[in-house]
Amino acid sequence: MSTLVQETVSHDLVSKVKYTAKDFSSDQDVRWCPGCGDYSILAQVQRTMPDLNIPKEKVVFISGIGCSSRFPYYMETYGFHSIHGRATAIASGLKIARPDLSVWVVTGDGDGLSIGGNHMIHLLRRNVDLNVLLFNNQIYGLTKGQYSPTSEFGKVTKSTPYGSVDMPFNPASLALGSGGTFVARSMDRDPKHLQGIVKRAAEHKGTSFVEIYQNCNVFNDGAFFQFTEKETKPDSVVFLEHGKPLVFGKENDKGIKLDGFSPVVVSLKDGTHSVNDLLVHNEKDSTLAFILANMTYNHELPRPFGIFLSIDRPRYEDEIEKQIDSAISKRGKGSLEKLLNSGDTWVIQ
Amino acid sequence: MEKETRVLDEVTIRFAGDSGDGMQLTGGQFTNTSAAMGNDLSTLPDYPAEIRAPRDTTYGVSGFQIHFGATEINTPGDHCDVLVAMNAASLKVNLRSLIDGGIIIVNTDGFADKNLKLAGYTQSPLSDGSLSKYQVFQVDITKLTNLALADLQLSQKIVDKTKNFFALGMMYWMFNRTLDNTIQWIKDKFKEKPELIEANTRVMKAGWNYAETTDIFAVKYEVKPAPLAPGKYRNISGNQATALGFVTAAEKAKLDLFLGSYPITPASDILHELSMFKNYGVKTFQAEDEIAGITSAIGASFGGSLAITTTSGPGVALKTEAIGLAVMVELPLIIVNVQRGGPSTGLPTKTEQADLLQAVYGRNGEAPVPVIAAMTPSDCFNTAVESSRIALKYMTPVMMLTDGYLANGSEPWLLPSVNDIPEIAPKFRTDPDGYMPYRRDEITLSREWAIPGTPGLEHRIGGLEKQDVTGNVNYEPENHDRMIRLRAEKIERIANDIPLAMVEGDEKGDLLVVGWGGTYGTIKTAVERKRKEGKSVSHLHLKYIHPLQKNVGEILYNFKYILVPEINMGQLIKILRSKFLVPAIGLNKVMGLPYRSNDIELKIDEILGGKQ
Repeated sequence: MSTLVQETVSHDLVSKVKYTAKDFSSDQDVRWCPGCGDYSILAQVQRTMPDLNIPKEKVVFISGIGCSSRFPYYMETYGFHSIHGRATAIASGLKIARPDLSVWVVTGDGDGLSIGGNHMIHLLRRNVDLNVLLFNNQIYGLTKGQYSPTSEFGKVTKSTPYGSVDMPFNPASLALGSGGTFVARSMDRDPKHLQGIVKRAAEHKGTSFVEIYQNCNVFNDGAFFQFTEKETKPDSVVFLEHGKPLVFGKENDKGIKLDGFSPVVVSLKDGTHSVNDLLVHNEKDSTLAFILANMTYNHELPRPFGIFLSIDRPRYEDEIEKQIDSAISKRGKGSLEKLLNSGDTWVIQ
Repeated sequence: MEKETRVLDEVTIRFAGDSGDGMQLTGGQFTNTSAAMGNDLSTLPDYPAEIRAPRDTTYGVSGFQIHFGATEINTPGDHCDVLVAMNAASLKVNLRSLIDGGIIIVNTDGFADKNLKLAGYTQSPLSDGSLSKYQVFQVDITKLTNLALADLQLSQKIVDKTKNFFALGMMYWMFNRTLDNTIQWIKDKFKEKPELIEANTRVMKAGWNYAETTDIFAVKYEVKPAPLAPGKYRNISGNQATALGFVTAAEKAKLDLFLGSYPITPASDILHELSMFKNYGVKTFQAEDEIAGITSAIGASFGGSLAITTTSGPGVALKTEAIGLAVMVELPLIIVNVQRGGPSTGLPTKTEQADLLQAVYGRNGEAPVPVIAAMTPSDCFNTAVESSRIALKYMTPVMMLTDGYLANGSEPWLLPSVNDIPEIAPKFRTDPDGYMPYRRDEITLSREWAIPGTPGLEHRIGGLEKQDVTGNVNYEPENHDRMIRLRAEKIERIANDIPLAMVEGDEKGDLLVVGWGGTYGTIKTAVERKRKEGKSVSHLHLKYIHPLQKNVGEILYNFKYILVPEINMGQLIKILRSKFLVPAIGLNKVMGLPYRSNDIELKIDEILGGKQ
């Protein structure tokens, strides 16, 4: 860190102030459509921030373009509402330059997976210590209703009146395939779960990728109701918890078992299987993470939510700092005098 | 036999061979030795876009031209006096640059039937009389190299790789150069491989001895040191100078340097150079694409770094939207465009000046950006420092233009004294009391730099239109108009903060030749020659393209004719005509090559006619 930056910024790692959610609410009017799932996500993030004990001035929210990307305006932290798809790249530059900051990326399925797809996969393989909150509503909201890279095959939208012929991405599988070290899924309508996941993402060292199912009540209302509403949720959702068997169902009467490499649903009440037969989640197991993420578009199986993977791997910015430290210890801190006199020189008298 | 020595003022040599023949290295060694012997010089490599084109074909020819002298040297030379051709293809490609009566030294082994056929010769130019107007020296360099190394039991591959040192040895003899510098270089380079030290040194000496003892060469030449200003020098290319300039600017500003970049010819060397300066705290980020190159730099700038991105024309096209973002959020950033031949992929290894209008105007919306162009290889250093100063002081992206010719060309550089380079003093806002993200300095109109980590200054910026002063998102018509004018006015005010333009020659007269960027040396040479002939002609070279220096109009109005040579179809001329309503005349040749002074001299003659 340059001397000028050092003299300017605070060096507190832990906040001296005990914040409340309100401290993270900016003075700007929130301008999402009434009933949008974004409101809940904003509230859960604001509620979680005080628990992180990070000095507020060290927190930066960076977004691209789309409904979700208005997010930074509503957070009383540093914020940057940038251009379409590039939030991940801007955030990478900021974090590499300033490892002392807690940097968050807020993006959507269009911003993060379509126009910004390239930056996203490279961020994940580099494992820069950023927290990515990807609001997935399976539609383009800000441009008023075109299909997105997560819209289901056959989706009828303004730009696909005869149905989409694109296969959708499964964001969790994409993140795992890109070398993500923290991959999770949550939803706007389960505040407690979302708060827990956001907190874990913040604590993870390396890129945290959190896909959040978010309802767009104007252009894609009810896309996730099967997983979010209390009538259908218990039988359609399985929550992943480290060290615990995969049990689900209204009466906790069903479970997931591995048949070879394939997850299958078994009954816990017909006497054929007990909890001991079930798959036990291990968030450190990357092979398992792939299997679980692949349950996503299998309609015979419940949709998994929770943390697919959380493993440790060196962070890009730490490795850069190490190289700098090593170069300084070997060659000494560079000086302009040395710099300008480097190379083959000669003197004219 | 006692050989005659003739004294010359200046000489241009072109080393040419297959791209695997080591001609860049040979030329580089001749350059360093000549520099150390006190000559002024200018060099230009000319190499193919293909890394290893098929051997012995014309498109695999690699050349290196050095113009050195006992006088001031401003260009790599219109033509060469001596051509070293390692094979038939290199003769074919380069013969057109040789002066009538010039010297050709050929490696006869490179003129076997197979080589001739690949080069497209139906008969050997060495025997068909087509070279009769030149002095041709035929040497079987390959055979002589093999003989020199016969007892060393080296693989043929290694032996073949040393033959360029034979050619270098002969040229050192011909131009009375010392072998010492290159011997030392070989020792350093092959520290771990003593057999290569022995082989390369021995072959170079063999070349020198061959020229000294055989009767083929009767004359050797002496080029005395040039009257250069006293001081310490190093030879430097434009890309090296650019890299050093930014490290210097960061140190002078007490900031860390961050480079976000994606490899692209001919700009990649800046990334290579800067990635070696880790002990200066320089962070280089090889991004996944051009867009991530610039946007990562914008992120670093938001965090308080001196942030730059380096590229060439196609990369600038990809970065355009992000440059607009930097204009909107008013953060410091430098975009370096090492221009190459376009459009599209164009001529990646060739030079051109056709990105000027892209630099000045090429963005959506009203997005003014200062544009500054380097004039010589070593001037890239000053230009990098100056671009940084302006970016930091005015909180704006700055476009710095160089080109392939400046980037790879080299010249001796009188090392500046560290203390003579002014400090750059960026200020971060720290006082939370009354902070408004878009409140402006009264003089510069720049907003304050408030970096994350500063308690109490939490604020949001972005690409949506800002409300004046508060920086809140705002769509009101009057506010948008006011903000557009403020952003433009901020850039215009830079004109108050840069030196006035200086005419070389008389400040009034018949003809003013106006150039910009890498044509400086060529135009200077042409104008000086014509002035010696008594012609009323002066030279104005623009470093600041946007905004222009305040006295440019005044200067233009003092001349009857204005000539604007550019390696494009007329871009600066459009700006000059529209801004000053002057009937300027263009000289436009877009061949991927620098101008020859002679091209400009002919145009000067055409305009001024027989008038003395």
